[in-house]
Amino acid sequence: MPVKRKHSADGTNMVKSKGDKFYDFSVNLMGILVSLLTFYPLYYILIASLSRPLGVDSGEVMIGIVKPTLEAYSRAFALPNLWVAYGNTFYYAFFGVFINMLLTTTMAFALSRKRLLGRKYITLLVVFTMWFNAGIIPTFMNFNSLNMLDTRAAIILGFGISAYNLIIMKSFFEAIPEEMEEAATVDGATSIRVFWQIYLPMSKPALATVVMFYLVNRWNGYFWPMTLLTDDMKMPLQVMLKKLIVDQVANETEAAIITSTSLWSPTTRIYALMVIAIVPMMLIYPLLQKYFQAGMTVGAVKG
Amino acid sequence: MARENLVSLRRKSFGRRLINDWQLYLLLLPGLIWFLVFAYRPLAGLQIAFYDYNVWGGLPKSDFVGLENFTRYLSSPDFKRTAINTVMLAVWQLGIVFPFSILLAMLVTESTNRLISRMTMTVTFLPYFISAVVVAGMVVNFTSPSYGIVNLILEKMGLESVYFMTKPNFFRPIYTIMILWMSAGYNSIVYIAAIMGIDSSLYEAATVDGAGRIRRLWHVTLPGILPTIMTMLLLNIGKMIRSGYETIILLYQPTTLEKADTIATYAYRLAFDNGGRADYGLATAVGLFEAVVALLMVAIANRASQKLTSSSLW
Repeated sequence: MPVKRKHSADGTNMVKSKGDKFYDFSVNLMGILVSLLTFYPLYYILIASLSRPLGVDSGEVMIGIVKPTLEAYSRAFALPNLWVAYGNTFYYAFFGVFINMLLTTTMAFALSRKRLLGRKYITLLVVFTMWFNAGIIPTFMNFNSLNMLDTRAAIILGFGISAYNLIIMKSFFEAIPEEMEEAATVDGATSIRVFWQIYLPMSKPALATVVMFYLVNRWNGYFWPMTLLTDDMKMPLQVMLKKLIVDQVANETEAAIITSTSLWSPTTRIYALMVIAIVPMMLIYPLLQKYFQAGMTVGAVKG
Repeated sequence: MARENLVSLRRKSFGRRLINDWQLYLLLLPGLIWFLVFAYRPLAGLQIAFYDYNVWGGLPKSDFVGLENFTRYLSSPDFKRTAINTVMLAVWQLGIVFPFSILLAMLVTESTNRLISRMTMTVTFLPYFISAVVVAGMVVNFTSPSYGIVNLILEKMGLESVYFMTKPNFFRPIYTIMILWMSAGYNSIVYIAAIMGIDSSLYEAATVDGAGRIRRLWHVTLPGILPTIMTMLLLNIGKMIRSGYETIILLYQPTTLEKADTIATYAYRLAFDNGGRADYGLATAVGLFEAVVALLMVAIANRASQKLTSSSLW
């Protein structure tokens, strides 16, 4: 039977009908529009942070930088404790993700072994926390009774595992054929060696995905650091940003002082701070991108 | 030899199995301890909900009041307001953010231009990396009446500028657009993977039957990803109700509370932002009420999904 190739989905070597051409055109146009709309806010804070405030406030800055200046950035870095806060963010991100991965991968491996006693019950214990948790106040009280308020340990250890990420890791380990472990056991490998030398190296997509999930949470989290910490020397960047951006924003009187010779304003400084906060995450995205799609699918299908 | 070991392991007693396989239990231990200390120990704190909690004296110096905190909340005007707002924000997200993620996945997979397809996927995923603080800051700055870009554009179009963040009626749309921008690309990844996993012979068969692109999308793609859609719906129903408070407290103002105050933000304010009159008992009761409702919703949705599509979470 002759197959009508005219309407085939892959779009190679075929005669397209008018309807198909229109369909392709609309889909591509929508893709471009959605991309532009999504990207513009990010682009805008970048050009606004690099322009003089008068152009920003008058609406002159919309498609490009107007009268470029780096003053907003030097003012941002001159803020008291900015470097402390930035350093703290790197600190929490690095040690936090390290603890996250240590606790998550070890437990996920143990739970992925069918011979583990009480496996079902412990898994249930983990999954239950995805649907029900004690809430803000009991969690706060728990840190209080552990004498962990205003400590870095509260941030790093207290948020050591996300049940969701644990389940992703566990599903991935379960998908690795058991023969891998059996063969290694014959050769005399112990459980820890099987975990460390076979299962971890075979799980790179899942590891990259889970590292990304944890890293983004560590880098971007503000609520618990704000609630648990009081010492400014321990605050991460997001809490400082929250104070500057949300609490002091709309300081409408400042607008009046801006003249054509002003090199910065609180607004352009806020835009500069946003760029400073975003850039490190944008740099790691391409590094992890090639893995995350494979990893995310595992978690979603089996989670 | 390993086989024999495994078989004999199974016959051995509980204690012997632990000892013989101690390394595996050593791997389990740190995570298990973590769950007990940081996820289950706080549950003990839920008893605060049944006390008139004394912040300075702790539980021993507090009076047991039974369900009074719950009845106080449920009979107050705050209950009606916060419950409606919580449900409405969830409905807005369910009605707009959720389907948009599916449409975005279709846009990415339907495009025959690889460059545009990849660009759409990459660019819409970018906001996932940006914190709620920065996004809320962007929203507040962009809608500022004097220098915000939204109002500057409105003025260029000859319209009056609006102080959006102080107008209660703008809260739900603004919050929804913000969540849409932040999460659509991230949420769409799962659907993109599901669409790519659909058997291509189904498309060929539909083509032979004379189905056009739109009809194939409707009759092949959509049914193909329905199980994924149901799973994501179930996973997100609890989240839609519960999370979000971290974002909402960044956006709301005293003037928008009538539309913006949810059960969770209300509980948060009672404990941490109540002008020095922190009411931990009431705050915990409100939080517990919300957690139980969210859990029930997930359970009901799970049952419904089991009956309707035979896909369920447990």
